[in-house]
Amino acid sequence: MKIAFTTKGTEWESEMDPRFGRTEFILVYDDEKDEFTSFDNREIENEAHGAGPKTSQKLFEMGPQVLLTGNGPGGNAATILQKTGMKIYIGAGQMSVKEAFEAYKNNSLKEF
Amino acid sequence: MKIAIASGKGGTGKTTLSTNLTALFAETETVVLTDLDVEEPNSGLFIKGELVKEEIKYKMIPEWKEDTCTLCGECQKVCNFHAVIQLGPQILVFPELCHSCYACSELCPTSSLPMITQRMGLLKQFENKNISFIESRLDIGQEQAVPLIAQTNEYVDKAFNKNTVKIFDAPPGTSCPVIEATKDVDFVILVTEPTPFGLHDLKLAVETMKELQKDFGVVINRYGVGNDDVLDYCEEDNIPILAKIPNSRKVAELYSKGELVYTELPEVKKELQNVKNYIINLKNNN
Repeated sequence: MKIAFTTKGTEWESEMDPRFGRTEFILVYDDEKDEFTSFDNREIENEAHGAGPKTSQKLFEMGPQVLLTGNGPGGNAATILQKTGMKIYIGAGQMSVKEAFEAYKNNSLKEF
Repeated sequence: MKIAIASGKGGTGKTTLSTNLTALFAETETVVLTDLDVEEPNSGLFIKGELVKEEIKYKMIPEWKEDTCTLCGECQKVCNFHAVIQLGPQILVFPELCHSCYACSELCPTSSLPMITQRMGLLKQFENKNISFIESRLDIGQEQAVPLIAQTNEYVDKAFNKNTVKIFDAPPGTSCPVIEATKDVDFVILVTEPTPFGLHDLKLAVETMKELQKDFGVVINRYGVGNDDVLDYCEEDNIPILAKIPNSRKVAELYSKGELVYTELPEVKKELQNVKNYIINLKNNN
């Protein structure tokens, strides 16, 4: 299974990014292969509008089944993510990637 | 002759100035007032009249035709606003993000994104003796003021004589709606208040007007509160101060009842007369 994180870096120790559309990185962990793939999303800073849809689309291409994030996606992004059937868990905005992953495994994150 | 009444900061008195100045002009000539603050128009609370015209305003958005689409993805590549998103075998359109630029529609190789109309708001025209009052109101849920402001400006251009004095009550701030409301006018009046907030936002508004290469002047409202920094700034930058409307509880009381201010307060009328004279001068030298 692939699990995506909104993050400020690309390692287990990296901080989560509480924002969805304007997250700095999308980090995807494949637990079968035990490996990360990441996408540097920092160019989103230059977008005045539509950050949510753009990031959602990228996330969709990366193909995770689960997303762990902080504040949760906004309206437009949520519309897209719903169509992908991805499970979204929120409230991990102040954690490290590792802590967010542990919290997810312990069922202590809130489903969006 | 088109005059926009704008401000960086909200709540500085755009509507108070727009409506009172309109009424003062109407004492001697015909005048058109247009409320371009389409997200929350409120000039109509002060200027009443007989409803003479109503027009529903539409914007154009693309609609996806699944049967002819080859999912080539060109549409989402050319959309600068991420209003068109390809998600696997489907194309999603976000009307709130769409700027009606037609790029996706025109560049689609199979014409699978024809533009369709979507209602965005309502324009109303009222008449009261010398005053024609136009108000456009964005529908609830619509996020973009710019297309409605543009269409309202077109309406006013067509409906009235070029030389008639036209006053435009602009939205607050310095973003796209303000640009759209001020870009075609002959003169911009920036209303501010003599406070640090007022000065901060006035500077942003001044920068915007310089960028647009507009002639502009400043009206200081609630003159007497705060400090002299706004005065000093305008003097240093050679920005004309058209009027200083004195701070007064009576102004707020009249405003809260939806009444005009200058008819009751001679000290306000005197300042507004200065603004009117300034505009008449501009008009005669035009």
